[in-house]
Amino acid sequence: MPAAPRPPSYPAPAHPGQRGGAGTGTMAAPGAAGGGRSGAPAAEWGGFEDNMQGGGSAVIDMENMDDTSGSSFEDMGEMHQRMKEEEEEEEAEGEAGAGEEEDGEFLGMKGLRGQLGRQVADQMWQVGKRQASRAFSLYANIDILRPYFDVEPVQVRARLLESMIPVKMINFPQKIAGELYGPLMLVFTLVAILLHGMKTSDTIIREGTLMGTAIGTCFGYWLGVSSFMYFLAYLCNAQITMVQMLSLLGYGLFGHCITLFVTYNIHFHSLFYIFWLVVGGLSTLRMVAVLVSRTVGHTQRLILCGTLAALHMLFLLYLHFAYHKVVEGILDTLEGPNMPPFQRVARDIPVVSNAVLNTTAKAIALTL
Amino acid sequence: MRDLKAVGKKFVHVMYPKKSSALLRDWDLWGPLVLCVSLALMLQGGSADSKDDGGPQFAEVFVIIWFGAVVITLNSKLLGGTISFFQSLCVLGYCVMPLTVAMLVCRLVLLAGAGTVSFIIRLIVVGAMFGWSTLASTAFLADSQPPNRKALVVYPIFLFYFVISWMILTFTPQ
Repeated sequence: MPAAPRPPSYPAPAHPGQRGGAGTGTMAAPGAAGGGRSGAPAAEWGGFEDNMQGGGSAVIDMENMDDTSGSSFEDMGEMHQRMKEEEEEEEAEGEAGAGEEEDGEFLGMKGLRGQLGRQVADQMWQVGKRQASRAFSLYANIDILRPYFDVEPVQVRARLLESMIPVKMINFPQKIAGELYGPLMLVFTLVAILLHGMKTSDTIIREGTLMGTAIGTCFGYWLGVSSFMYFLAYLCNAQITMVQMLSLLGYGLFGHCITLFVTYNIHFHSLFYIFWLVVGGLSTLRMVAVLVSRTVGHTQRLILCGTLAALHMLFLLYLHFAYHKVVEGILDTLEGPNMPPFQRVARDIPVVSNAVLNTTAKAIALTL
Repeated sequence: MRDLKAVGKKFVHVMYPKKSSALLRDWDLWGPLVLCVSLALMLQGGSADSKDDGGPQFAEVFVIIWFGAVVITLNSKLLGGTISFFQSLCVLGYCVMPLTVAMLVCRLVLLAGAGTVSFIIRLIVVGAMFGWSTLASTAFLADSQPPNRKALVVYPIFLFYFVISWMILTFTPQ
């Protein structure tokens, strides 16, 4: 960036267009682009150019040189802000000058100091405001997430179905779509299914904490296990990014949703185990195959895939049995004293409801 | 008075959902607040455990409605919607009205007794109101999306009202 020797005819804030013009030929292209970009507001700013020369401009010049923000868009925003502030400062100085004259007549030195104090306070406020608005527009910008939600319904449906089909080609790195819409919707669906499972018997135990637990469990699993797997993948030199990991794991929850949706309605233990193995196994195989295709080395592949498979399958097991016990408790209280006394072994369901549900399941199986 | 009339007009719009921009243009959050508070109040005391006071339930319902509405709004904005944040909150809040009506009906039905017949009645009523809510909010929100992505926006709305309907349906007073 050109240092102090700057011809005074140039406006002090380092306008990209004019900076390019003042510099060497290599700066010409961005300079021209900057000039083109600044073409529209140049008319507004043109009026200030005359005012920027002289004593005030030197101070502003140093300020500009300290700033080395990379993005030219930020520069434009900053330039605009600085122009606005300088305009305000000009006005303030003009008023202050007039005020000073008046005050000076009456109050002498005191009036001058009051004006200066106010000016300094104003400047501090402007600087603070500028920094805050810059930070806000950088970080609280929702557009950061926009590319991850750029999907069509057909794509989402295709990916959902693909998440159950293990790939065969593991020597070639498989493509993972880095989108967040599908996984996010699947996590919310899982929360809804958990709630449904907790309330199938028409009685609520503790509505509030169950809801919080469901949301916390699902989101905690999705975000926590993804981060953990990403960390492991980093250790094992796997080629996968965080968003891809989130996406992969999120789509793996599709199998969980199906399994839980079916088995929360039909309390049939063998049915659950079959679903657990088949559906859970398929989605695990797919995730494992994709990860294997992106990792080199047998030990690393084993570590990554073993951990993922274990966590995935165990989560499904946990979801079924943790909330199944809650349902058992409800069924217990519903049936009342007419039931023959039975052993309260964990995971045994009462005989009568078992028979009813078994016959229901058999009837459905027969009709299918 | 002017605000009250605006709120009343929006309630009428929800009852007969046609595509009008009045609901969207002058958004306000009075209606959603009233509906949310009344729904949360009516859902209190529905626990089988008598040790529970109504506190956590009120807070849970409140948080779920507002958090869910915020998530749906963010989702529709990220999918490229042209509607603003508060407009979307306004529409989603007003469309909770059919479900509040369903809650009232459920409470009245439960006064008569809690048997299978009453369950079927409640199921039908809640199901109908759930469909109405979803259709009403879809009529307002889906228009602001590019045409091939409407399904992506409708699904979270469907889930949101499904969860609220489920809370209403499984409510049993103690």
